[in-house]
Amino acid sequence: MSDPSQNRAGDGGQGAGPAPATGALRRTLRSLTRSTPAMVGLGLVALHVLLALFAPLLTPYSPTANTPDQALLGPGADHWAGTDALGRDVLTRVLYGGQYALVVSFAATACAVALGTLLGCVTALRGGWFDDALMRVLDAVLAIPPILALLVVVTVLGAGPAVIVLAVTIVYAPQVVRVVRAAALGVAPLDYVTAARARGERTLPILVREVLPNIVNVVAVEFAMRASWVVLLISSLSFLGFGANPPTPDWGLMVSENRTAMVVVPWASLAPILALATLVVGLNLSADGLSKAWGVDRVKESS
Amino acid sequence: MLFYVTRRLLSAVVTVLLASVMVFAAVQLLPGDVATQVLGQDATPEAVAALRDQMDLNRPAVLRFLDWIAGVVRGDFGVSLVSGEAVAGTLWLHLRNTMLIAVATVAVAVTSSIVLGVLAGLYRDRWPDTVISTLTLIGMSVPEFVVATLLVLALSITVPVLPAVVLDEASAPVADLLPAIVLPTVALSVVMTAYIVRMTRTSVIDVMAGEFVTTARLKGIGTARVVVRHALPSALLPTLNVIAMNVAWLVGGVAVVENVFNYPGVGQLMLEAVHNRDLPVLQAIAVVSAVVYVLCNLAADLGAMALNPRLRTGERSTR
Repeated sequence: MSDPSQNRAGDGGQGAGPAPATGALRRTLRSLTRSTPAMVGLGLVALHVLLALFAPLLTPYSPTANTPDQALLGPGADHWAGTDALGRDVLTRVLYGGQYALVVSFAATACAVALGTLLGCVTALRGGWFDDALMRVLDAVLAIPPILALLVVVTVLGAGPAVIVLAVTIVYAPQVVRVVRAAALGVAPLDYVTAARARGERTLPILVREVLPNIVNVVAVEFAMRASWVVLLISSLSFLGFGANPPTPDWGLMVSENRTAMVVVPWASLAPILALATLVVGLNLSADGLSKAWGVDRVKESS
Repeated sequence: MLFYVTRRLLSAVVTVLLASVMVFAAVQLLPGDVATQVLGQDATPEAVAALRDQMDLNRPAVLRFLDWIAGVVRGDFGVSLVSGEAVAGTLWLHLRNTMLIAVATVAVAVTSSIVLGVLAGLYRDRWPDTVISTLTLIGMSVPEFVVATLLVLALSITVPVLPAVVLDEASAPVADLLPAIVLPTVALSVVMTAYIVRMTRTSVIDVMAGEFVTTARLKGIGTARVVVRHALPSALLPTLNVIAMNVAWLVGGVAVVENVFNYPGVGQLMLEAVHNRDLPVLQAIAVVSAVVYVLCNLAADLGAMALNPRLRTGERSTR
């Protein structure tokens, strides 16, 4: 997660209710800045965001135009990471590939976490048959392997960024629901929630004003952690040929395209691999740093 | 105890049933007309009508579902739309091949992750921990297809020891497939180990700080004995759950890795089915995966009960 979004999460906490006040935010920031791994992680993610944003300025080449006379070149002065079988500059495609990876992953993670948080809070507050039924259904969703669920959704609705966002939301929201529900259950019996209930407030205002500010740290850690999973999942999907369509520059797709030429131009495969790995390492380190800074247990993770 | 086991079994059955309803609904109800979906937009009306007939699409979905589930219970998953053969036969063959990889992966990953996790936990914040945690982080951060691709680059191209691509048919005898499972197993083990190590490390650290460990130490018991007899059983409890969770991931990871090595397993079958829009095959794979997932979770819960007497009182397990 980059710095701006992390501040946003903090501000949300300050907004209302007995949330982490400015002092808590400062403590969090201090804890983050003191931890080298967390700073490395946030730095890596920020670097990826910048590279993707400024990709058009950083490279003179087009990510999609074929130049057959320059195919399969090794690394050199003109092409730092060489070219692929269609003569496209590998580094250019890696830089532009970051745009696809970041935008689609961010949108998908945001949707999954938002839906999961909403459902998790509501089910924790409502309880009763609603909770029982929802948890049953989510158990069933979790029993279907994520990649199979994704493939079924993509088969049914056709490939495309919007469908992938929807599919990832369906696959990952249930896991977010479980985590958020557990956190919200810890808050629900507290006095200020009971007081709000006694005032006759409805579920939604209680959720927004009393519960959400107090679990914002859990949600933020969940977001960072989930984001790393989503990047991996989406790139796997592209690798299998069900994500980004050629000639879209996408890291997973690039690895699968250039795999056959790996002996000739290893960097055409290694460059996107490096980009993917550094982004996910960055996300993982950020998630670790955030969970430590907030004292949120990050271990309860699943696939 | 018996009550608890019965209830867990019942809820497992409900979960599998619900999952099958959802999969059935997703592939049959969502997209306007399944027959058109399968054949593509420019299919002739006659072909669509014939397929609708073959798939019984003219009957209400609820009846079709009941028929289908009745078949599934008897082990009959219908007929593949592409090959026209019974899905069950093909599926069991591929499942057998995937089980080879899965069993080997779980064995390798669980062993190595417990060893590495305990080491990292015991040497917390010292160099063995730093090395293991860094490797773990990298293992967690690369997708399976990257590990598989790098392995091919290292062990099939640079130093050609193992085959990069499997040429065996799905029905090849197990002995023929054994050399082929080495690279897929390594690729999956790397990733799976990375996830489990984190869990083991954390729980070892938690347990080693516990009072009963201090007591055991104060009694003058050696470190090795304290770890093996006192700390490990408690430390493995949370790890069991993570392993069960990872089995669900394994089915997905297997799909990608089998694709890289062209290994004739369930993953390969699944991708083919998606390519060909072979819905009966997809449904069958989904139900079988759900059953595997639920059984693994059940086993993990029962294993946790065996390791932790406090869970045997019939108290509801954490989910």
